[in-house]
Amino acid sequence: MSAAKKTTKGLLGKKLGMTQVWDENNKLVPVTVVEISPNVVTQIRSEEVDGYSAVQIAAGQIDPRKVNKPATGHFTKAGVTPRRHLTELRTSDAAEYSVGQELTVDIFEAGQLVDVVGTSKGKGFAGVMKRHNFAGVSASHGAHRNHRKPGSIGASATPGRVFKGQRMAGRMGGDRVTVLNLKVHSVDAEKGLLLVKGAVPGARGRLVFVRNAVKGA
Amino acid sequence: MHILDSVDAAATRTDIPEFRAGDTVKVHVNIIEGQRSRIQVFQGVVIARSGHGVRETFTVRKVSFQVGVERIFPVHSPVIDHIEVVTRGDVRRAKLYYLRNLTGKKAKIREKRES
Repeated sequence: MSAAKKTTKGLLGKKLGMTQVWDENNKLVPVTVVEISPNVVTQIRSEEVDGYSAVQIAAGQIDPRKVNKPATGHFTKAGVTPRRHLTELRTSDAAEYSVGQELTVDIFEAGQLVDVVGTSKGKGFAGVMKRHNFAGVSASHGAHRNHRKPGSIGASATPGRVFKGQRMAGRMGGDRVTVLNLKVHSVDAEKGLLLVKGAVPGARGRLVFVRNAVKGA
Repeated sequence: MHILDSVDAAATRTDIPEFRAGDTVKVHVNIIEGQRSRIQVFQGVVIARSGHGVRETFTVRKVSFQVGVERIFPVHSPVIDHIEVVTRGDVRRAKLYYLRNLTGKKAKIREKRES
């Protein structure tokens, strides 16, 4: 169980959008700005009680009137005001956290690699060319009204059916997507901003989860 | 994109003079060769400015040994030491791509008369 021994750090944040900055070698760096307002620890999962070791963290503002009674009780027990988002982070050093503790963006440092988890933008009902990168059909050479169609989806009387898992058109996007090994360009602890090199899944203003790279070299 | 204005402010330069398409400029470019750094001047006509905010760029065209040379600089690039505006041009377009097809006297831009 190598996963149980891993210590991960992670925080919930909001994607603000992309921009560009220059690094110390005067090279242009495309960055995504993630706003990380202080997260709080709401519960600690331990091996003895829960069978696994993790910390539960919460973030985001919410009107306390909109929080239902069970959730209110959960936040009261932790001694914090209600938050909008909750998540659990599996880590073996969960015992080192304390309930109610505030976690800020300065657990990350410039230059380190992080993974960012988000929900990709919804594309609606998409065809196979957009959804699965199919090649489509020729633009000419007798092709007739089938330029973006998938073509054949199987054989004839044997097997006499379409195999399960055949890639076809359908709903695209809106999935949980993880981008591994993005480099932290800089950390602005004062404003609670994290500048990550490269793109991050999801639309501006959406929730993202940033953790240190689990597969990083 | 006003949300990111505070982030962009750090990467934005305020010491860039005002210039537009048609102006002749001298761009003093910082070049680092190993340990030493020197300044190279690229003089030519600004034929376009594109984009805005921190990602705005401008294109400078010059004719060097009968060969047209164009360089695109980000306006806020730290590579630029400073920009000198040599002359103000009198042009009716924002993009002067037509200069690429003109040579000699036709490729000259009239100087703007300050009134």
